[in-house]
Amino acid sequence: MTARVGVVTFPGSLDDADAARAVTRAGGEPVPLWHGERDLHGVDAVILPGGFSYGDYLRCGAIARFAPVMSALVPAARAGLPVLGICNGFQILCEAHLLPGALTRNAGLRFISRDVRLRIETARTPWTSGYTAGQQIVVPLKSGEGAYAADPGTLAELEAAGQVVARYIEINPNGSAADIAGICSDSGSVVGLMPHPEHAVDELTGPGSDGLGFFASVISVLAGA
Amino acid sequence: MTGGPGPSGQDTVSVAAATPGRQQPFAELGLTAAEYDRIRDVLRRRPTDSELAIYSGMWSEHCSYKSSKVYLRQFADKAPESAALLAGIGEQAGVVDIGQGYAVTFKIESHNHPSYVEPYQGAATGVGGIVRDILAMGARPVAVMDALRFGPADAADTRRVLPGVVGGISFYGNCLGLPNIGGELAFDPCYAGNPLVNALCVGVMRHGDMKFAAATGPGNKVVLFGSRTGPDGIGGASVLASASFGNQNAEDGGESSKRPSVQVGDPFMEKLLIECCLELYSSGLVTAIQDLGAAGISCATAELAAAGTGGMRVSLDAVPTRDASLRPAEILRSESQERMAAVVEPRHTDGFLAVCAKWGVQATVIGEVTDTGRLEMTWHGELIVDMPPGSAADDGPVYHRPVARPAGQDALAAADPAGLARPATGSGLRATLLDLLASPGLADKTWVTQQYDRYVRGNTVLAMPEDAGLLRIDERTGLGVALATDGNGRYCKLDPYAGTQLALAEAYRNVAATGARPLAVTNCLNFGSPEDPGVMWQFEQATAGLADGCATLGIPVTGGNVSFYNQTGGAAIHPTPVVGVLGVHDDVRRRLSIGFATGGASIVLLGRTRLELGGSAWAQVTHGHLGGRPPRPDLDAERSLAAVLIAAASGGLLAAAHDLSDGGLAIALAESCLRGGLGCRVTLPGDPFSYLFSESAARAVVAVRPGSQPAFAALAAEHDLPAEVLGSVGGDSLLVADCFEIPLAELAAAHGGTLPALFG
Repeated sequence: MTARVGVVTFPGSLDDADAARAVTRAGGEPVPLWHGERDLHGVDAVILPGGFSYGDYLRCGAIARFAPVMSALVPAARAGLPVLGICNGFQILCEAHLLPGALTRNAGLRFISRDVRLRIETARTPWTSGYTAGQQIVVPLKSGEGAYAADPGTLAELEAAGQVVARYIEINPNGSAADIAGICSDSGSVVGLMPHPEHAVDELTGPGSDGLGFFASVISVLAGA
Repeated sequence: MTGGPGPSGQDTVSVAAATPGRQQPFAELGLTAAEYDRIRDVLRRRPTDSELAIYSGMWSEHCSYKSSKVYLRQFADKAPESAALLAGIGEQAGVVDIGQGYAVTFKIESHNHPSYVEPYQGAATGVGGIVRDILAMGARPVAVMDALRFGPADAADTRRVLPGVVGGISFYGNCLGLPNIGGELAFDPCYAGNPLVNALCVGVMRHGDMKFAAATGPGNKVVLFGSRTGPDGIGGASVLASASFGNQNAEDGGESSKRPSVQVGDPFMEKLLIECCLELYSSGLVTAIQDLGAAGISCATAELAAAGTGGMRVSLDAVPTRDASLRPAEILRSESQERMAAVVEPRHTDGFLAVCAKWGVQATVIGEVTDTGRLEMTWHGELIVDMPPGSAADDGPVYHRPVARPAGQDALAAADPAGLARPATGSGLRATLLDLLASPGLADKTWVTQQYDRYVRGNTVLAMPEDAGLLRIDERTGLGVALATDGNGRYCKLDPYAGTQLALAEAYRNVAATGARPLAVTNCLNFGSPEDPGVMWQFEQATAGLADGCATLGIPVTGGNVSFYNQTGGAAIHPTPVVGVLGVHDDVRRRLSIGFATGGASIVLLGRTRLELGGSAWAQVTHGHLGGRPPRPDLDAERSLAAVLIAAASGGLLAAAHDLSDGGLAIALAESCLRGGLGCRVTLPGDPFSYLFSESAARAVVAVRPGSQPAFAALAAEHDLPAEVLGSVGGDSLLVADCFEIPLAELAAAHGGTLPALFG
């Protein structure tokens, strides 16, 4: 049975088509989900894609967390539904308190679009199980508010519990605390990632295909479930 | 509806008829006395305030092309036969058939004046405006590019303008979800005070999805949708874009007093408009559509009506505003962004409004199409506009401005750079290469492009610093389009006819260097004041050069934009036509990058190298010199070169290709090494300086795959294209035998350090 992976479109979502393409390439079936519906249509996993939901007015992700679809997503995520928030999706997950901490303005105060090298820190999440811990991947980063921030206690807890999913190596492009590029919930099922694996699914249009593993991982996990 | 002087105190049609002698502020609105008299002749009375507002916008240089029209006709008159052209000049953007049922529309437009006054919003709304033009053709916008020119890189004002412009493009384009796939960045003292911000957008649709801006069908509804109308951008076209800047130290506060003429952008609303429009199109709910740009509601209503059945009745009270105190003339002149106007059959009105509601886009019926031949507008029930729409949209003034070859032109041509001191030793050549590579105009543009999203939508195959942007259109077949923009104000200053052909040739060559076949041309003609006969001579020469060049290359001009008045006081910019060329790529998987990444590939120089230094980067960077003749355009040679590049890419013979332009072979080799990460070893067949730094046109450097050299040599010979084998790809330095060797790390440091050092 093909895994059905929902991709939510909020007003201002931009990378929804890219996320859906990545799901297809990894062998899954992308299912469009609309922000205004309180219905997940029985999907097996959900991606909150990148973009500028609601124009990122007020604060990135702050309005999206109140969208009707989130009233269905939040309890499902707490119950173990695999959820991946990419960029703006990560910001939404933080605003919705599914993940701790916040994303703040880049250290240089400018939008940054570049390829970054990451180290996958844990393969225990359904989104990274196809990687090995310590594996290095190159994917694009493109954000203005991508600096991960959390209080020292939270950072210590994330490290101790193995909730740091990916870290920037070589350089920290945006001033993220502890070079953090992505984190997960304590169960591991909810992952937030600032860089864009969906833009690295083939050599032709991305820096490579290193990002495909996020989508292949969840589809493989769901197939085995 | 035809009430007399109403209680509102409005300047109604009847009031105007009854008070022929009332003084009107036509000069403040940018109209001449003769133009004002002509309006009175058309209406057989004085215009109302609202009518005057409409004419002042529509008859502005920016909207009416009154000084350029007589020259622009030759783009159609001399156009080569092209089966690919589905819509040409006169539409909001040209539409080109790229095969497999796809059509592509593209256009470049200036936002120069607003970007000087308020760089961030000026540049942002430049992107927004061109994207709506493409959207209004029925296409999904799929990418943007920007061609930017500023004053000296180290000037204090450039540090204000450049980061603002780049930030504005980044803010708007990124938030819109459109990849930025290329453009230009140049610096010259002539652009201090008059930066050039030219934005290009390309869109894709299926054949048959094309939309036109013609209000047909009496009884059909006119719907205004998108943002509310506010007091921003009032007079943007007529006051700001159609006049030179005065003395910046003027007591009136200088150019900051024009700030209210600059619009403010909301890319989130534009993103919603895009998705909303595409759903409206696919649901078959739209009869005609037009974006609101320069001259706002004035332009949209007058143009829609003039192109359609001929009449329209509009209730201006129905226009949603952000400011209840706006008067009708202000509503008509406002250039608030993110607005569109559509003509909708009554049976589709509810469906139309429902789609808009789904996307959170406000939509309001403001009028309907009539067969009266008149554009009529009411305010509080009183008739305030009653005019033939064609008189504003089509029958504006046309000027044959005086033309005179500038007095200094001969002296400029006589100042031949051949007499300038040239490096003769290996170490001198080495230092010259590094100087050029680090000069702001040739330096690594990453500081700029790192602020632009190139990945969104997942179809970007090539982007800066490649020769052209390349987009995949069809994932299954690999069909794609390549786009490049080029311009060289220095060449054009020396010889605007040849300089414009060189810009065309470079863009054509850049497209071909990816393996794509050039198909069509757009242009943004940036010039000084048309009231200066010398500027008009430059314009005459440039447009003739472009029209003749397109005829020779066999690719038509599909549309474009003219920006005059790029001057401060008496000092005009160099004539700077920016030419965009679009090409079709049969299979983007066979695209060519500029990067040397295949060790052992043979490096071959294509084309004929002569000693041509007029207007060159070397003359500028080393000597601060501008004089002599620009390189000789050779469009027949360009055709041969393009044919070889396209065939070689398709045949898989090449590992890389890079066009030669500013800085010549030296810069091209350095860029290819840095892009691909491998060095090269070359031996020059003649005078090292000429080979390294001359800017002869119709040339490219290619890396031929190991084993493919015989086939490639035969291909070049078949097209009579000179092909000199220079050496091979490999190592970690750029080595020119008997001259110098530069490690890649040293090249990278020189190339990459400049812009961050200047702009932080």
